[in-house]
Amino acid sequence: MRDFARLYAELDETTSTSRKLAALQAYFSSAAARDAAWAVYFLAGGKPRQAVPTKLLRQYAIEYADLDEWLFDECYDAVGDLAETIALILPPPRHPSEIGLADWIELGIAPLRGAAPDTVRSALFTYWDQLDTRERFLLVKLIGGGFRVGVSRLLVTRALSAIANQDSKLIAQRLMGWTDGGVSPTAAGFAQLTAAHTEQEHAQRGGQPYPFFLAHALERDPSTLGEIAHWQIEWKYDGMRAQLVRREGKNWLWSRGEDLITERFPELAALRLPEGTVLDGEILIWHGGSAPAPFAELQKRMGRKQVSARLLGELPAVMVAYDLLEQDGRDLRALPQAERRRLLEQFIGNLHCGPQLRLSPLIVADNWAALAEIRHQSRERGVEGMMLKAVDARYGVGRTKEAGAWWKWKIDPYSVDAVLIYAQSGHGRRASLYTDYTFAVWDESEGERKLVPFAKAYSGLSDAEIQQVDQAIRKTTIEKFGPVRSVAPSMVFEIGFEGIASSPRHKSGVAVRFPRILRRREDKRVEEADTLQSLKRLLPEVAPARLGYTHLPVTG
Amino acid sequence: MRDMVVVRREGLYCVPGQFYIDPWRPVERAVITHAHGDHARSGHRHYLTAEQGVNLLRSRLGPVHVSGLAYGEPVLHNGVTISLHPAGHVLGSAQVRLEHQGEVWVVSGDYKVETDSTCAPFEPVRCDTFITESTFGLPIYRWQPQQEIYDDINAWWGANAAQGRASVLLCYSLGKAQRLLSGLDPAIGPIVCHGAVQALNQLYRDEGVWLPPTVMVDQVPKGSLASALVIAPPSAAGSPWIRRFGDFSDAFASGWMRLRGARRRRGVDRGFVLSDHADWPGLLQAIAATGAQRVIATHGSVPVLVRWLQQQGLQASGFDTEYGDDEADEMPAIAPAAVNDDAGDAPPFQAAAHLAGALHA
Repeated sequence: MRDFARLYAELDETTSTSRKLAALQAYFSSAAARDAAWAVYFLAGGKPRQAVPTKLLRQYAIEYADLDEWLFDECYDAVGDLAETIALILPPPRHPSEIGLADWIELGIAPLRGAAPDTVRSALFTYWDQLDTRERFLLVKLIGGGFRVGVSRLLVTRALSAIANQDSKLIAQRLMGWTDGGVSPTAAGFAQLTAAHTEQEHAQRGGQPYPFFLAHALERDPSTLGEIAHWQIEWKYDGMRAQLVRREGKNWLWSRGEDLITERFPELAALRLPEGTVLDGEILIWHGGSAPAPFAELQKRMGRKQVSARLLGELPAVMVAYDLLEQDGRDLRALPQAERRRLLEQFIGNLHCGPQLRLSPLIVADNWAALAEIRHQSRERGVEGMMLKAVDARYGVGRTKEAGAWWKWKIDPYSVDAVLIYAQSGHGRRASLYTDYTFAVWDESEGERKLVPFAKAYSGLSDAEIQQVDQAIRKTTIEKFGPVRSVAPSMVFEIGFEGIASSPRHKSGVAVRFPRILRRREDKRVEEADTLQSLKRLLPEVAPARLGYTHLPVTG
Repeated sequence: MRDMVVVRREGLYCVPGQFYIDPWRPVERAVITHAHGDHARSGHRHYLTAEQGVNLLRSRLGPVHVSGLAYGEPVLHNGVTISLHPAGHVLGSAQVRLEHQGEVWVVSGDYKVETDSTCAPFEPVRCDTFITESTFGLPIYRWQPQQEIYDDINAWWGANAAQGRASVLLCYSLGKAQRLLSGLDPAIGPIVCHGAVQALNQLYRDEGVWLPPTVMVDQVPKGSLASALVIAPPSAAGSPWIRRFGDFSDAFASGWMRLRGARRRRGVDRGFVLSDHADWPGLLQAIAATGAQRVIATHGSVPVLVRWLQQQGLQASGFDTEYGDDEADEMPAIAPAAVNDDAGDAPPFQAAAHLAGALHA
C-alpha cells in the first residue's frame, strides 16, 4: 500500500504532466505485477462497488478516534471529504505493515462486503492501526467506493506503453474493458497488458470493445472547415454512447465509460447480429414518432440492473448506429469514414432486424448556410445539434485528430437568469469554500411572487469569482443547516442547461440537464430574474404515443 | 470580580492596567506578543515586547518607541504585574502574564508547543484565566515531529538536485523561513534566500540563533542554481524573480497543507505540513498545563474549542476579534493562511488583496 500511496500523492500533488508520467513509470516498473494490475484498474477509472456503507465507516471511525459526533462533523465540514477526514482524525498507527495493494484489495477489503457489522468493525480497527495517514485515506476511498485520481487514462496508457515499449494504441486496445466491475485484475493480466505484440492479439479479445473515437467541440464557424462535401453530417443524439459487440456467439454492450451494460438493455442484447460485428452508436429511448425521448427517460433505464417487462414496454430502448468498426471479425477502423458508412448502410440494410437497431440518417445540404438552416430543427428533433465527420477520417483512439476529425456542432444551451438561494461548501480543491449553489426562479402562479429552486450548479466560475461569491454568501447567510447555508437573495446568475423535462419529483416541477453557471449577472437585480412560467415554456411537447407503445412482445 | 481583560474596539484591553495587548487600532500603550503583522501594528505610542523581539519589531514598524523586557522579568503598571513568557512561535514571541490583586490572566498570543532551535521554547504558565489562540483547533490538525518534515524536505531537495532542478520552498519570511533553514542539510547544495527572508535571517543571527549559510541569488554562480534550495515568501510565486530558476519544483510549508484541498488550491508540487502554531493535541495540552478554570478562545476554531472545553467542565467562551467570525472560524484553508498563519509578509490592511493573488499563483 505504501508504494501506491506514494504514487497517489505524487499524482495528486503535481500539476505537471511530465512528472505524473514519470511517477507512473517509476511505479509500474518497480511494483509487483499483482499490485500493478490493481493500480492500473484504479488509475484507469475502475470503480469497485462500496464494500462498507458510508454510515458504518463514519461510525467506526468516530469510535476508533474517540471523538464526539459533533466534533467529527465539524472536522468533516472543514475537510469536505469523508475518507480524508477519517484518515486525519485517527490516532497514529502502532503496527505499520508492508502489505501490498493486491492483498489489501483481495484479502482485506473484499471480505468486508456483506460481512456482519462486528466483523467489519474489528477488521477496520486492525487495518487502521497498520496504515499511516496517506494509506488510510486510500484504504477508506477504496472501501467506500469513491476513489478518484487526477490522471487521465491516456496518461496511464502512455506510461504503460513506455515501460512495455509498445505502441500506445495497442495498449489502449488491451486496456478496453479492464475497468469493468466484472473482471478482477491479475498478475497474468498485467503481463499480457505489457507483453510484446502477437499475431493472436485479435483472437484474445473476447467481448472487448474498441477504444472510442471522441469528437471535438466546434467553437468556430463551420465554414472554416472547408468544402461541405468533405463532411459526413449526422444529428448529435442526446443519449448514451455505446459499442455493441458480437463475438463468440453473444452480444456485449459497452458504455463509453467501459462498463458492460448488456443486461440493462435486453432488447439490444437480443439483437441477432452476424459473428464478428462491432457497431458504434447511441442508445436512446424512442417511443415511435420522429424524435427520441428526452435524456431523463433514458436515465430511468440506466440505473436499473434488473429491467421489468413493464419498464421495457414503457421505456423502449433503441440503438442508433453510426459506425461499423468490425465486420466478419475484420477490424475496419483504418478505412475512411465514407467507406465505413457505405459498409454500415449495407450491413443494416441486409439485417432485417426490428426498430431496436436504426441507421443514423445523413443530413444533406448544398452549403454551410443551408446546413445552419437545417440545424434550427435540432430542438424539435430532440437532438443536441450536429456531428460533422471528415469523409476520410479513420476511426481514431480517444480525442485525437491524427486520424481525421469528428466535430460536434452543438446548439446553444438554453439559459435563464436565476437567483442564488442556497450554498454548500465544495469538495477536494474547493473544500471550505462555498462553491455548490442552488438557484431559484420566480413562481408567480399563486398570486405572490416567490422563489422556487430549480437547479444546482457548481461549475463555470473562475477562482476569483468563486472567492467573491463565497464572501458574499458568508455576509448574506440567513441560516445554516450542516454544510448548507440559505442566503438572502442578492445575486443573479445566468444558468445554462442542455435540456428540460417535467418532473414531479422536483419542487419546481421541472428538471434541467447539465445545468451550469454561464456568468454572474451583476447588472441584474433579483427582481429581474426569470420566472418559472417562462422556464416551463421551454418544455418540449409531450411525446406522442407515450404509453402502450412497445417494440418487444411483453412477457409475464 | 471584574474581568481583567476585555475586548474593545481597539483590541484586547487590560482594564486595571489601562493598556492593550496586540491592538488593531492605534492606542497609547501596547504590549506586543510577537512581530507578525496581524499582532504588531503600526501607530501605537508605546510598545512593550520581549527583548529578543525588539529588533524584529523595529525592522517591521520602523523607528517606533519600543521597550524590551526579558522573559520572566516582572514590571508593574497601574497595579498590574506584567511579565512575558516564551510562546515558542517565532523569535521573541511571548505570552503575556497579568497579575492583579492575586488573580492571574495569561494572553497566549500565537504559540507552538514543539521545541525548535530558532526561538525560546513554549513555557506553560499557571493562571486562573487563559486567553488562547485556536488557529488549528480541530482534531484533524495533528503535526508530525518536525524532524520528519525536515527529512522529507531534504529528500525532496536532494531528489530535485539530482535531476538538475532547483527547489523553491515558499513560506512566510518571519519565523517559518528561519525554522525551515535550521532543519536543512547544507551539504545538498547552496541555500538561496529571497531578500525579504535574508534580512530577517540577519536579525535572527544577531540574536545568536544558528542558521546554515545562506546567500542572495546574485551571489550564486548560475551553474549551481540547479542544485539550490530557494526560500521565498508566497508573494514571490510567479514573479520574474522566481522565474529565473527555470524548471524548478515548488513547495509550500504551512499547517494548512495538512488538507488536500488546501494543497491543491495552492497549486504547488509539494505541501509540507509545518506550522508555528499548536496542533489540536498541543492546544489541549497547553490549556491543561495552565491549570486555568476559565479559558477564552480567540482567532481560529473558536466555537469548536469552546464547546469541547465546556464538555470538560471548564468555563469557556470566545472573544470576537476585529477579523469577524467568518474568516476566523470557518474558512481556515484560505483566509487565515494569509491572515493568521503569519500575515507578516503583507501589510495588514492589504491582506485581502494578497490572498486573492495567492489564489491565482
